[in-house]
Amino acid sequence: MSVEELIVEPAQKAAPRKSPWRKLLEDPQAVVTASLLLVIAILGILTPLLTQHGPNEASLDAINAPMGSPGYPLGGDQNGQDILTRLLHSINTSMISGLIGTSVALAIGVTFGLIGGYYGRKLQGATEWVFSLIMTFPGILLLIILMPLTKGDYRSTMLIYGVLLSPGIYRIVRNQVVGVKNELFVDAAKVSGLSDLRILARHVLFVVRGPIIIAAAFLGGSAIGLQSGLAFLGVGSNTIPSFGAMIADGFLNLYEEPTQFLWPSMLLGVITASMVLLGNALRDAFEGVRPKPVKRSVVKKQAAQTGAREATGPEVLLSVRDLAIAYRTPSGELKEVVKGVNLTLDGGHTLGLVGESGSGKTQTAFAILGVLPPEAVITRGSITLNGRELLGLSERELRDLRGRSIAYIPQEPMSNLDPSFSVGDQLIEGIRASAGMPAKEAKERVLALLKRVGIQDPQRTFNSYPHQISGGMAQRVLIAGAVASRPKLLIADEPTTALDVTVQAEILDLLRDLQAELNMAVLLVTHNFGVVADICDRIAVMQDGEIVESGKALDIFAAPDHPYTAMLLNSILDEYTVRSDAPMATHNTAGK
Amino acid sequence: MSALLNVDALRVAYPGRGFRAKPHEVLHGVSLAIAEGETLGVVGESGSGKTTIGRAVLGLVKPSGGRVLFRDKDITHVTPKQRRELAKDIQVVFQDPYTSLNPSMTVGDILSEPLVVQGQSDKDARARVGMLLDQVGLPADAIERLPREFSGGQRQRVAIARALAPKPKLIVCDEPVSALDLSTQARVLDLFVDIQRQTGVAYLFVSHDLTVVRHVSHRVSVVYKGDIVETGSAEQVTSEPEHPYTQRLLLAAPIADPLEQEKRRAERHRLMERHREQDLQAGAVRA
Repeated sequence: MSVEELIVEPAQKAAPRKSPWRKLLEDPQAVVTASLLLVIAILGILTPLLTQHGPNEASLDAINAPMGSPGYPLGGDQNGQDILTRLLHSINTSMISGLIGTSVALAIGVTFGLIGGYYGRKLQGATEWVFSLIMTFPGILLLIILMPLTKGDYRSTMLIYGVLLSPGIYRIVRNQVVGVKNELFVDAAKVSGLSDLRILARHVLFVVRGPIIIAAAFLGGSAIGLQSGLAFLGVGSNTIPSFGAMIADGFLNLYEEPTQFLWPSMLLGVITASMVLLGNALRDAFEGVRPKPVKRSVVKKQAAQTGAREATGPEVLLSVRDLAIAYRTPSGELKEVVKGVNLTLDGGHTLGLVGESGSGKTQTAFAILGVLPPEAVITRGSITLNGRELLGLSERELRDLRGRSIAYIPQEPMSNLDPSFSVGDQLIEGIRASAGMPAKEAKERVLALLKRVGIQDPQRTFNSYPHQISGGMAQRVLIAGAVASRPKLLIADEPTTALDVTVQAEILDLLRDLQAELNMAVLLVTHNFGVVADICDRIAVMQDGEIVESGKALDIFAAPDHPYTAMLLNSILDEYTVRSDAPMATHNTAGK
Repeated sequence: MSALLNVDALRVAYPGRGFRAKPHEVLHGVSLAIAEGETLGVVGESGSGKTTIGRAVLGLVKPSGGRVLFRDKDITHVTPKQRRELAKDIQVVFQDPYTSLNPSMTVGDILSEPLVVQGQSDKDARARVGMLLDQVGLPADAIERLPREFSGGQRQRVAIARALAPKPKLIVCDEPVSALDLSTQARVLDLFVDIQRQTGVAYLFVSHDLTVVRHVSHRVSVVYKGDIVETGSAEQVTSEPEHPYTQRLLLAAPIADPLEQEKRRAERHRLMERHREQDLQAGAVRA
């Protein structure tokens, strides 16, 4: 009960993230391009009201009429047709082309993408084959060859072009669906008794809509471009006013009346450029822009160093003083995630840095290793190893230090091995980089190390690739690599969290033995008090970026000082409670 | 006592990777039974097949042999329509509360959707959602919010509420607390037990953690490499296990007390030594 009172699950107070459409409204690029397109589209729709001539109406007086002639504000072309009228009609041709092409591509691509991605292998194989076939058709050539079939109608042409564009959409949708269909919420929807159709529409399509919307903007641009291209080549009906046809006409008069060429080119350029830029803005809104890395600010060294000197005694190996790490929020101010942490670790000892997720324990460990992400800013503090300040060292000096004095074991052993190199090669590379010994000697060293970390057949593991070994084995390999240079300090970040308990026990045994053998200090970051009790002689408890309590493990387990530590220890499921109440076997509510 | 769920010699094989590869069998004939209102804990390590048992009961994987009986009715191979009917009776809570809730749906929609597809009116469903939120200890205004606005423990409460929505008889719980922080874990486990006392729902509770299983289970089955090696009362299996693997599992879990843990470690080393000698005598040294 005291637990309930002490900690109320923190409701996330961060402002809810903006919806992509909101973000779009705040992006000038999206607003400008969308308004341009909108204005152009409206001009197209209002054509009958804006013009006095028909699109194909020609007058001998108007042949090559200059700009500003009465009734011909942009002049006439070589056939005596009004350029403005034809421009406005061309807008409609383009917009309809874009709409037809895009919607056909979307309808086919999305439908089959969903089917192909969601259902089993056979159906996927079949759809894949058909769409690959469509993709191999040479687009423009096919459209020209099919002219007799489409009778030169640009709408039929665009219909076919939509089919030719559909593989692009199909691939996007299928890849997205394959990623989403194994998500647990889709399984949960199945268990909830939803039909496949509903799952696809409500759960899958809705989640993958972003990339589809983005692709649609680009497809629209592409369809308009293609229609103009065909018209420029003179393919299709010559009574349909279109940018392509107008550019072709203007081309013939390029030297006498360059503006005839200029107007349609400009408008077409504006339309397609707006489509592409709008597509980019959509992508930013839906997929998010990568935050630009901010250079790590240089620490105020003076204050830090004097502080460090006081704390550094002869046996102190690692000393962290008043360390604060901050990240920039979207609004630009710095938010501290580690708020003035103090830690001391003597040589040969093991310190457990304990805390729940988000407490800043991993950030602290990364700061000591000098591997914080580039967005992180160390706002103050000092980290010294054997009295040497680590903050502000160059990357080169840090690398040297990491190879020899500080070693690291990660939480996910697998993701820290490169899948394309054998285990042995990776270990040799590390050893040669830090110790600079000949390859043969390094190999013997690696084999000896692998044997030392308890691998039964070192030669076989040496030749294996990471996917051929188990997680526990991978962690042993990484430990071998870490202790190769006989480091003074080993930083282990949740080294056993991803492992089974039986393997965890073995890895902890190994760490304990190695520590005694090499007399190295270990900084163990973990959330598991069992692991701490097993291996640590000192503990520091972190909460919300601060260390709330530190001391000897025995003392803290026996009598924690801080209420948070007490709460954590209390919420550990104890070893002896077994559920004792009998099942409600005869539960007599008449369900059925 | 007729059981609610009977799993009888269940086998599951996944297709092998690559052309004409042999299927890989992950369950080699597993049998278990759950009575109404009872919790059966299923413990095992990664790759043991414990999760597959739950997925087979839910119909998310197709068994290659054996039977699953729910209220004496064979549900091993049912049509999709019958499976949708079963959704009223068998529900699930998954391990990861971050991916088990659709990120683009509000909590209200997530909870009412299963009710609406079962034929309830929108109004009834909304009323039930209000009750469910109350039952799992979430504020009523959660209804309009998105999953990402909640912490891990709260999301798992949403997932529990979703499972409870159709008033099921059995909930398959697949590692439901292993992604949660320590302080949250205990409270979510208490919630599971409370709900069972109120509603009489039965749990198939899958976990890798003996301690967790001990807290919620009446009986416990231990899975090792696709076989159940030991089944018994929670008390017996988690304190005096018979099978060597369960003994190893029990002693491998560290106790959060340095002195106790030192004893347990020594005990484990003795046990490992004993097992090794037995293996030697049997002529079956571990390669």
